[in-house]
Amino acid sequence: MSDVVSGVAKLPARGALSQPGAAAVARLIGPWLALAVAFAVLPAIVTSGSALTMLSLMGIMIVFALSYNMLLGETGLLSFGHAVYYGLGGFLAVHAMNTIIHDALPVPLPMIPLVGGFSGLLFGIIFGSVSTRRAGTAFAMISLGLGELVASSSLILRGFFGGEEGVSTNRTKLLHVFGLNFGPQIQVYYLIAGWCLLSMIAMYALRRTPFGRMCNAVRENAERAQFVGYNPRTLRFIAFSIAGLFAGIAGGLAAINFELVNASEVGAGQSGLVLFAAYIGGIGSFIGPVIGAVLVTWLEVMLSDVTDVWQLYFGLLFIGIVMFAPNGIAGLLIMHAPLWQARAYGSMLRLALAYLVALGPALVLLAGLILLIEMTYHLSVKATEGTTISVFHVTVEAASAIPWVVAAILIAGGFWLFRMTWPVVGAAWHDAFAQARGAGRAK
Amino acid sequence: MLELVTISTLNGVLYGMLLFLMASGLTLIFSMMGVLNFAHASFYMLGAFFGFQISQIVGFWPAFIVAPVLVGGIGALVERYGLRNVHQHGPVAELLFTFGLYFVIEEVVQMIWGKGPVDYRVPASLDFSAFTAFSTNYPAYKMFELLTAIAIFAVLLAVLTRTRVGLIIQASLTHPHMVAMLGHNVPRVFMLVFGVGTGLAAVAGVIAGPALVTQSNMAGLLGPILFVVVVVGGLGSLSGAFLASLLIGLVQTFAVSVNLSVADVLGGIGVAPPAGGPLSDLWNVTVAQIAPIIPYLLLVLILIFRPTGLMGTREH
Repeated sequence: MSDVVSGVAKLPARGALSQPGAAAVARLIGPWLALAVAFAVLPAIVTSGSALTMLSLMGIMIVFALSYNMLLGETGLLSFGHAVYYGLGGFLAVHAMNTIIHDALPVPLPMIPLVGGFSGLLFGIIFGSVSTRRAGTAFAMISLGLGELVASSSLILRGFFGGEEGVSTNRTKLLHVFGLNFGPQIQVYYLIAGWCLLSMIAMYALRRTPFGRMCNAVRENAERAQFVGYNPRTLRFIAFSIAGLFAGIAGGLAAINFELVNASEVGAGQSGLVLFAAYIGGIGSFIGPVIGAVLVTWLEVMLSDVTDVWQLYFGLLFIGIVMFAPNGIAGLLIMHAPLWQARAYGSMLRLALAYLVALGPALVLLAGLILLIEMTYHLSVKATEGTTISVFHVTVEAASAIPWVVAAILIAGGFWLFRMTWPVVGAAWHDAFAQARGAGRAK
Repeated sequence: MLELVTISTLNGVLYGMLLFLMASGLTLIFSMMGVLNFAHASFYMLGAFFGFQISQIVGFWPAFIVAPVLVGGIGALVERYGLRNVHQHGPVAELLFTFGLYFVIEEVVQMIWGKGPVDYRVPASLDFSAFTAFSTNYPAYKMFELLTAIAIFAVLLAVLTRTRVGLIIQASLTHPHMVAMLGHNVPRVFMLVFGVGTGLAAVAGVIAGPALVTQSNMAGLLGPILFVVVVVGGLGSLSGAFLASLLIGLVQTFAVSVNLSVADVLGGIGVAPPAGGPLSDLWNVTVAQIAPIIPYLLLVLILIFRPTGLMGTREH
């Protein structure tokens, strides 16, 4: 009911938008300008070479995760095979680049993601016409089957997919415009950032069109959407094809970035990664997959440096999000929005303190878990390299009983303390919202 | 030729029955809770690794009993403390929970047993040839696998249709609220079915482990085919799952033994296939080489001509 009321209350503001005043235009364009500036100055802030590579990866992942969110978040289609469009976009982009180099065609590098995008769109149309006839679990399984079909074919059709080593290219050999040869990573970063910004704006705009809204309706209740006069299958099909388009753009960008595409790009691992990125970030909002893409890329690079079993931590993080925060990190942030809007800074501070109280035991629990996992891994798989390991710069003798007892105590104690402190958070949360509501009524 | 057909039929039925051992649990769980357990093949893998580890200590036969019970117990715990809590977040979250579980189980298995295959062997008591058909020695262990699968199938059918527990389970599939009103603990029935379903998958793992390769990627290899089986058969249809299991088992086994390519067929009728080009492999690939993708081609065909699956009636 409150949604309806607030919706009505917002109506005049929308009316104002139709006669654009300077303020409305600024509200519309401001965030994108800020983002463009942020993209432009980021390389100046983080100057190391590896940071630039990571930023490029993040840009690619943002486009890919947002395209995935068009399916899962906007239309309610859970896909286990989205990497098919990403990977095929990448392969066709690489083949296009090689053809352009071979025939010396006058095509500059920044146009290449378009090739990837159109390939993604084409395969989205082909596979979408088969798979979007069903929704829900059946769709999920079909997307998995199609993903496996393409992944298995990639090992059979060696001419096109290049076998195990993949297909490589040279991005500097294309037509140079404005004196850019795209050899240095910084130029590639700006190319990716530009395409990322364009894709983000396009996907955000699409979300706000009547088509985007009808996709939401199909997600919520396909039958009622049908009664309004839209065919849910057609809407699912269009959404699927467009998601393929943007996944293909991401694949084309990846092909430019790595100058190499191999069969793993169409595989289940890549499909799982984008699902993780979108869901961990939060599929309920536009900002969620962006957060998820940045976080997952960062974790992938950082964790794989620190530990061999980083994928296990990844999986555990994902299960944790599914169980305790189904709207992802963005959902957790949005939960606090009413407090921010009510300007209840005092209760927000108290809530933050309560979080800090609960964070201690949670970290203890986590430390115990990490110790347990690392010791198990080391004893069973890397036993030949000796039994001492280093966890958090502390040398641990994994063959003796003491660290195992310590890990058990950390886990049990951390869990028990967390259970004890969690009601504090609950109480602070309850108080904060009671005050925010009170403040809202007073206004 | 007759030899090939006989042996391939036996192997195909065996593969199909193993698939059905898993698909039956998967289908029961799906029709009851509306969750397609993505981690089902992971429990099969756990069964194989538990079977290997336990048979190292006490021999194959105790492992044959203990490993499925252990895995079924883990399955029941997963339902009780994981899936039941996720249920409130809706079906997508439930499916994603099992997806995460699949991922984590694979990583845990790699963490403990490594990425390479483990040395899980056919027990000595079954390591002989059962009979000789047309100069091929058919191993007794395969007969044992086949008989076990058929015996479990028969027991499952009898329990589901002839016993009180089976009737309660069947009733809970369609009318969970009514069953609860009659005083049965429906959540406990769910937990039981999940435990038994994962236990059956583990049985398949214990007996298939020595015959196939027991390795940390075995869930990833088999899982997608399992989902093809349940979609092709019709989601939630036990008889459909049975048909589809046998179909895919037979088709895939026979395909492996056919060394024919499009170029051969075209050559046979006097047409030369176009040479060169990036898709030239398409003409020279033999049927045996595309055997791994046949289930998925079947899936696409079924979706075009019969979107609800062979025996499926409802849209899910």
